[in-house]
Amino acid sequence: MAEKINNKKVFFNPFSKDNPVIVQVLGICSCLAVTAKLEPAIVMGISVIAVLVFSNVIISLIRNTIPTNIRIIVQLVVVAGLVVIVDQLLKAYAYDVSKQLSVFIGLIITNCILMGRLEAFAMSNKPWPSFLDGIGNGIGYTIILVIVAFFRELLGSGTLLGYQVIPQSFYDVGYVNNGLMILPPMALIVVACIIWVHRIYNKDLQED
Amino acid sequence: MKALRKYLDRIKPNFEPGGKLHAFRSVFDGFETFLFTPRTTSRSGVHIHDSIDSKRTMIIVVLALVPCLLFGMYNAGYQHWLAIGATEFPFWELVAYGCLAILPTLVTAYAVGLGIEFIVAQWRGEEIQEGFLVSGMLIPLICPIETPVWMIAVATAFAVIFAKEVFGGTGYNIFNVALITRAFLFFAYPAQMSGDNVFISTEPICGLGGTVADGFTGATPLGQIASTTTGNLSITGINGSEISTLDAFIGLIPGSFGETSTLCILIGAAILLFSGIASWRIILSVFAGGALMAWIANTFATPTYPASMLSPIDQLLYGGFAFAAVFMATDPVTGARTNIGKYIYGFLIGVFAILIRTYNTGYPEGAMLAVLLMNAFAPLIDYFVVQANIRRRMRRLTHK
Repeated sequence: MAEKINNKKVFFNPFSKDNPVIVQVLGICSCLAVTAKLEPAIVMGISVIAVLVFSNVIISLIRNTIPTNIRIIVQLVVVAGLVVIVDQLLKAYAYDVSKQLSVFIGLIITNCILMGRLEAFAMSNKPWPSFLDGIGNGIGYTIILVIVAFFRELLGSGTLLGYQVIPQSFYDVGYVNNGLMILPPMALIVVACIIWVHRIYNKDLQED
Repeated sequence: MKALRKYLDRIKPNFEPGGKLHAFRSVFDGFETFLFTPRTTSRSGVHIHDSIDSKRTMIIVVLALVPCLLFGMYNAGYQHWLAIGATEFPFWELVAYGCLAILPTLVTAYAVGLGIEFIVAQWRGEEIQEGFLVSGMLIPLICPIETPVWMIAVATAFAVIFAKEVFGGTGYNIFNVALITRAFLFFAYPAQMSGDNVFISTEPICGLGGTVADGFTGATPLGQIASTTTGNLSITGINGSEISTLDAFIGLIPGSFGETSTLCILIGAAILLFSGIASWRIILSVFAGGALMAWIANTFATPTYPASMLSPIDQLLYGGFAFAAVFMATDPVTGARTNIGKYIYGFLIGVFAILIRTYNTGYPEGAMLAVLLMNAFAPLIDYFVVQANIRRRMRRLTHK
């Protein structure tokens, strides 16, 4: 790539201005599936960061030796290998969470953010910027996941990370947890609200 | 009237550009045109002259809902009196009780909905749209009477913001606002929206009524049918007596506040059809679709799906089917607009309502979901009808 890569930008842009979820609208599917509770969302976020960073670096290292015709297959093999490792690690050390996340760890392989970053960045950049890009995008994804999960768990179950947050006295007066928050459609609406607020503060992202 | 006009004229300068209350001009404008016919007319273009505008349309729909509302008040009282085991039913006490029971919900729905509309109108600098006049009336009518007021407020706010304002306000919404409110309540607070004890008011209000005996159940007819396991349909009222088809038609049965009485809904339908506001095509085809599907279900009745054993007539009378057909499906904003499209749209609403109700025992009432589903498909139906018409005329053109 001819233009100079600004490492700082590569790292920080995905947090807000070029966020993979709320600006590029990638990875929405897992965002709906794992955000009913905060804990699985955080674990999912960390898993995606790990897979994204390692696959970015690996692909970037071998980018000049990958034949163009089969590059997607090579990328998939790398990602699949990493996903299996993460899945096995979770099963070994965090079995309960891994149960909650069920197939969604395996489905990281189909997460559009991964293929997007590999194709768009790692294939044409050196390992160090690719590493930063992986961390940046992974964190950008995790931030949104955690915000969505925070609201969904708070309003849907009255808990945060499994601890009761809304006091019992509320329930005694007649407060009831919002069951819709547990259902996936509400995650879309929460993401929409985040996008709404985000666009208010980033006028240049507003479409007509 | 003259005094009111004079008063409005006197305070009007405050709201014109440069006046001190200029920021609230749309509020003033809204009230002025609500009370008096606007004096200004458009200065350019071609206009169709008609004495009716959207405010008058809305008011007629509200008027058409009044029979349902009044009957709902009486029925709420009647069911309560039944629940406390009374043998005499003093008419005015029943009505007063029902009126007091529904008033908080009605006021909350209007206050929250109109409040959000006013704020958004000020914020965007637009005129206040009157679309909520009808929605605010519909919301109390389609909810169980025991729904807590704060839930109504949350659901109304959600529906007005996410189903209406984000799409651009009145006239741009894809889904029916009142039904979104109901759907939100249904999925968010299932325990408060279904079951045995939410459709009957159980507490005395302002000294009216009494305390309900323990162990009473007030399930709606459809709720009872959905939980039948023996294959033997017996639908009973609160006092244990059997509910006949005539009871269901008149509406003295447990159910959501305003939708029990098919009779009153038909009065409302007559008003809407006479004034030309509702489309007879939609109403007719909803009933046709519902009747057909109910007949099919009844032909293949099995005890696995207890609702399939209901006769087609009962299917159309119970629950919110008639109400949805007359007041929900005919919403001109969210429904189909082409004439052929209206037949298809209405017919499918009828079919889906009975289909959901019969074959998904998790949802004893399918009318709400059916209308929302078809709301989503209405533009597509219109698109294909229009395309078919274009193709037909193109063919005629090229054949010559």
